[in-house]
Amino acid sequence: MLDDFFVRALVAGIGVAAVAGPLGCFVVWRRLAYFGDTLSHAALLGVGLALLLQVNVTLAVFAVSAGVSLALLALQRRASLSSDALLGLLSHSALALGLVALAFMTWVRFDLMGLLFGDILAVSVHDIALVYGGGVVVLVVLAWIWRPLFAATVNQELAEAEGLEPERANIVFMLLMAGVIAIAMKIVGVLLITAMLIIPAATARRFASGPEQMAVLAALFGIVSVVGGLFASLEWDTPSGPSIVVAALALFLASLSPLASWITRALRRSAGPQSEVMHR
Amino acid sequence: MVSNSDPTGAPAPSSPLVSLSNAGVQRDGAWLVRGVDLAVRPGEIVTLIGPNGSGKSTTAKMALGILSPDEGRAERRPDVRVAYVPQKVMIDWTLPLTVERFLSLTARADPKDARAALAATGISHLRSAEVRNLSGGEFQRALLARAMCRKPDLLVLDEPVQGVDYTGEIALYDLIKRIRDDLGCGVLLISHDLHVVMAATDHVICLNGHVCCQGAPVAVASSAEYRRLFGGRASDTLAVYEHHHDHTHLPDGRVRHADGTVTDHCHPHDTAQDHGAEGATTSEEKTRHAG
Ligand SMILES: Nc1ncnc2c1ncn2[C@@H]1O[C@H](COP(=O)(O)OP(=O)(O)O)[C@@H](O)[C@H]1O
Ligand SMILES: [Mg+2]
Repeated sequence: MLDDFFVRALVAGIGVAAVAGPLGCFVVWRRLAYFGDTLSHAALLGVGLALLLQVNVTLAVFAVSAGVSLALLALQRRASLSSDALLGLLSHSALALGLVALAFMTWVRFDLMGLLFGDILAVSVHDIALVYGGGVVVLVVLAWIWRPLFAATVNQELAEAEGLEPERANIVFMLLMAGVIAIAMKIVGVLLITAMLIIPAATARRFASGPEQMAVLAALFGIVSVVGGLFASLEWDTPSGPSIVVAALALFLASLSPLASWITRALRRSAGPQSEVMHR
Repeated sequence: MVSNSDPTGAPAPSSPLVSLSNAGVQRDGAWLVRGVDLAVRPGEIVTLIGPNGSGKSTTAKMALGILSPDEGRAERRPDVRVAYVPQKVMIDWTLPLTVERFLSLTARADPKDARAALAATGISHLRSAEVRNLSGGEFQRALLARAMCRKPDLLVLDEPVQGVDYTGEIALYDLIKRIRDDLGCGVLLISHDLHVVMAATDHVICLNGHVCCQGAPVAVASSAEYRRLFGGRASDTLAVYEHHHDHTHLPDGRVRHADGTVTDHCHPHDTAQDHGAEGATTSEEKTRHAG
């Protein structure tokens, strides 16, 4: 079954969406969209380094993204420059450096468009193993740090005062982000990973009444977007990343429609008479 | 200085849950607060009062370990279970968070404790409401309920009744006292209003960038430093305090007096002195409503 490139792409894409959804909720809650962009642009630099040093691409991407996120964490603590400007600087210089570095390496043949926008043709069985292996690790670790990370998202000082060591959870979260970028890169492409993180989560927000529920819904909406997007990509011969993001966007827009708000009300009604009183 | 001794009637001194000695925090070359000495022991309510910007929140954060002192020392017993009600908590609209889930924010709340805490703070009907839709006073109650569910050894409350209506304010201070009695926890309470918290506190520390005076509540309220810091209203404090202290208004409108008798009115004997206290309360309430 995995002989078929399209089935491989579907399987890998579903794995990526299942991981990106829950992590994306934190990106939305903590307003880290720009940060996600910075990390994924740094991924391109990781690819360049991997080709130059002849090391595993995924590992190199993870290492560079993790390095950039930890550097940012340290720089933010100094905060002489606004983190907004800092992110913009890092984000675009990483992208530019990556592209320049790749252009220099005339001796290696690679598909730049595939790198930027994702390439379903290129998904191998090995990639699937990576997505699922890495994905399980990311989800298990996320579940493990869930309470401190969520508490720190609501209020950092509260989490700190009550002994949850939010700093540690923050650092682990940054590493998880780097991990997701490394495994999502091939499917959605460097330029659109952030969209895969935040659009399904934004869609889920309208239907969720709790953080855990929102994480599950975001994963589900992401999976639907991947399936829809990949079929469209096959049908119209469009690049896989943008097609998936367009599908996610369509879902988000649908969630704003009157039908969706009717569903939301119905869901809340079934959640119990007490909550209905509260949500009037 | 009024007094540095322990409040009268406190149990034999056990080792403090948290203590600050000559502690201070500096930012950009200026001291936010400096030279703070305080200790909170199990079963003791210590109140920090002082005007805005006098360093109350900063002092609490040193006690909690959120800020480490740039001068002096902060020490906490390592096994202490802390519950914290911060002065400001912003709930982002992107966060789907019901009151019930909020109670389990830093540790899973037992459903029975959660129900009891919501009932005690008077927000049982808001159990599945979204936290970001709560009014200011309702949110303060939710914060207090969450702190209760933790069954803390040390409870730190930074202006816990802000935005709560006047009768609710007194009820919540009574609740804080009851939590202390039930759990035997130490409480560090921040308020800018000594007259309401007086009945519920063992030791008062009056801050104004440094410790301006401290001691038993009655002693602080009658001290010259306190009057200087709080001006005209300070003189009401004692009268109001004694008034609050000599009787309690029951939910059915009747009044229970300090000697345990219950009557329909505050002043069954109508003594002149009682009228004085009553007058102080009324004018106090007027200033609150006008302000
Ligand atoms: N991180 C900070 N950097 C600089 N100044 C601060 C900081 N935090 C608080 N301050 C200042 O320190 C003073 C004391 O603040 P705070 O402890 O919050 O006062 P209070 O709680 O008594 O109103 C205030 O003047 C405040 O503006
Ligand atoms: Mg304050």
